[in-house]
Amino acid sequence: MAFSATTKIIQPMCINSARSPDKSDTCTKLLSPSSFLGSNNKQFSINKTISPLSRRSATVVAVSSDVVKKKKVQSNPASNLLITKEEGLELYEDMILGRAFEDMCAQMYYRGKMFGFVHLYNGQEAVSTGFIKLLGNRDCVVSTYRDHVHALSKGVPARAVMSELFGKTTGCCRGQGGSMHMFSKEHNVLGGFAFIGEGIPVATGAAFTSKYRREALKEDCDDVTLAFFGDGTCNNGQFFECLNMAALWKLPIVFVVENNLWAIGMSHLRATSDPQIWKKGPAFGMPGVHVDGMDVLKVREVAKEAITRARRGEGPTLVECETYRFRGHSLADPDELRDPAEKAHYATRDPITALKKYVMENSLASEAELTAIEKKIEEVVEEAVEFADKSPVPARSQLLENVFADPRGFGIGPDGKYRCEDPKFTEGTAQL
Amino acid sequence: MLRILGKKLGATGFTALPAGLALRSYSSSAKQMTIREALKSALDEEMAADQSVFLMGEEVGEYQGAYKISKGLLQKYGPERVVDTPITESGFTGIGVGAAFYGLRPVVEFMTFNFAMQAMDQIINSASKTNYMSSGNISMPIVFRGPNGAAAGVGAQHSQCYAAWYGSCPGLKVLIPYSSEDARGLLKAAIRDPDPVVFLENELLYGEAFPISAEVLDSGFCIPIGKAKIEREGKHVTITAFSKMVGFSLKAAEILAKDGIDAEVINLRSIRPLDRSTINASVRKTNRLVTVEEGFPQHGVGAEICASIVEDSFGYLDAPIERITGADVPLPYAANLERMALPQVEDIIRAAKRACYRSLPMAATA
Repeated sequence: MAFSATTKIIQPMCINSARSPDKSDTCTKLLSPSSFLGSNNKQFSINKTISPLSRRSATVVAVSSDVVKKKKVQSNPASNLLITKEEGLELYEDMILGRAFEDMCAQMYYRGKMFGFVHLYNGQEAVSTGFIKLLGNRDCVVSTYRDHVHALSKGVPARAVMSELFGKTTGCCRGQGGSMHMFSKEHNVLGGFAFIGEGIPVATGAAFTSKYRREALKEDCDDVTLAFFGDGTCNNGQFFECLNMAALWKLPIVFVVENNLWAIGMSHLRATSDPQIWKKGPAFGMPGVHVDGMDVLKVREVAKEAITRARRGEGPTLVECETYRFRGHSLADPDELRDPAEKAHYATRDPITALKKYVMENSLASEAELTAIEKKIEEVVEEAVEFADKSPVPARSQLLENVFADPRGFGIGPDGKYRCEDPKFTEGTAQL
Repeated sequence: MLRILGKKLGATGFTALPAGLALRSYSSSAKQMTIREALKSALDEEMAADQSVFLMGEEVGEYQGAYKISKGLLQKYGPERVVDTPITESGFTGIGVGAAFYGLRPVVEFMTFNFAMQAMDQIINSASKTNYMSSGNISMPIVFRGPNGAAAGVGAQHSQCYAAWYGSCPGLKVLIPYSSEDARGLLKAAIRDPDPVVFLENELLYGEAFPISAEVLDSGFCIPIGKAKIEREGKHVTITAFSKMVGFSLKAAEILAKDGIDAEVINLRSIRPLDRSTINASVRKTNRLVTVEEGFPQHGVGAEICASIVEDSFGYLDAPIERITGADVPLPYAANLERMALPQVEDIIRAAKRACYRSLPMAATA
């Protein structure tokens, strides 16, 4: 384990695990300084920003990447924009969809159309859009209960999500999951978990499957998994267990921390011994990066790098996005503990406004085009509500369905086929 | 030939035969197989047949299995398919769940099911509920296996029986073998099943050998999930049991037979779904019931069976149902106390006699 980190910037730990002897070759590919931060920098000295503590863990470095954009502009005068027009409009549309959808959820909740626990994502759209828009269909997303926008960014239709929230049978889970349990096999959204920390091992498992497919089944598989979770989760045991195993086995996963500083009413600073979450990555042997989560372009740059790393088989990354939720923890949260000054401060850093400003200043699109997008999304969301309203509630017989994948029986029957009938086993005392 | 086979083995409830099975003679000397060999052979065959089956757990690889169940599998299938994990039940169970979500068929081994309590969230919340919550979108072909229940002198934290806990959860299938035939057939069925299965083994039974017939060795051999087996037919009292208690019940039945009480012993095999029809049919025949289990009494498997019989066959009962369970204490360490805290053959005999004395005295009263 060489400690020569002075000129070489990033050398993620080459873990010689017995499981993947061939992967040790990939370590040599990582010695170029530009391998982690921003794609085009050749000369990049980050000695200023390396925290002295990170030297402890061999050569893995944790950096703050708010310098990325600035340096990029300096070294690439020819095309100093981070996105093309199409990308810009795509990002804008996705963030507007997230915001409009969540605002509509709040309205519907207060009108009684939605019920239970609903957790809104207002203010954090940059993280979801910045990361998920870089994924392909086969890549997986695993989230927590604040999962509406992750599902939307991944491609689940707005009407399916809205119907699910209304508890109708046309929802993405036919009304059986609810706000906190968005699953979609088609778009590879693996949930939607109510317990914080529960989704992280599941995401690690999906990444494990990707690696297994490549190594044991010899398929051509480079699917990446993104695990989204919050600052409160970073104190949970399952988080650390998975950081360990993901780094140990070099799994293709990116751990995305949406640090919005508050876990219901518990401030991150009151709950955590060392509040800088990105530092926990190098302790396990993976890069830890901190990024401004209110700026979708910065998030996108970091995401590109982390996802590419994972796809190349170089292992996991921990990305801490500093972000903020404009609304309370859930729609039932009176949100009394947060300082109004703090809320006002973050309101000025609204990611949608920031992107709009960037797009207009750099003449990527006109005001008219952006307004057209806003109108289109408004219509999409309204149509989703109408669709959900008109959809039927689940039939009574749906109560007992889908407890098992093999719902009408299981095991082998007398005819030797894998099924035996036992129709009453799930009924209990329900009157169908 | 198949019909004769069906009649002969009809009592066992097992009729799963691959179509092309050659005719064999069954009167040949019975082979013996330990539970350990049965489990290992089942795992081996299923891993060979389906590439997406893999084994994951503590010490399953280089240590050859904490109880040597997975001996030789690492050498045969390699470290990608026999995965040694760090001591992180919650984490690696979740990894298994995520892998099952995304298309593989993991077998997650717990060193004992006591340790699985650290992974309860993943087993119950993720594994058992997801097929329902996603309305059939995302299924969970996973098997959680490991030793369950008391061993010898391992203390309270290593000895709990979890049959009742897992048995109460919708979305899980819970299997609990007794003999080698059970172990092999049920584990194969569990691995092939598209749903989460909790497979409760017993450490003390691992080394015990049982006679098995030739078709148990066939690689297509599976036992239906949800069907109990009548190990011994009888007329006077029904004894239901699972795991090690089946052995004790059979011994008790032999002793009871000398007193003229002909006990019918049912090996439950499947806690969830419980084979209520077999138990009810048996009680309607014998009119008396003794349930035997090693776990704690309150909310146990015996309680569920009692409720089921009362609901369905109340009129057929000639005596109150007797429950034999472990003592309502964390299991003590001292050998004599441990013996008192777990059901023994004498307890089963006493309960069966009590069940038989409540109404008309039988011919062989003492």
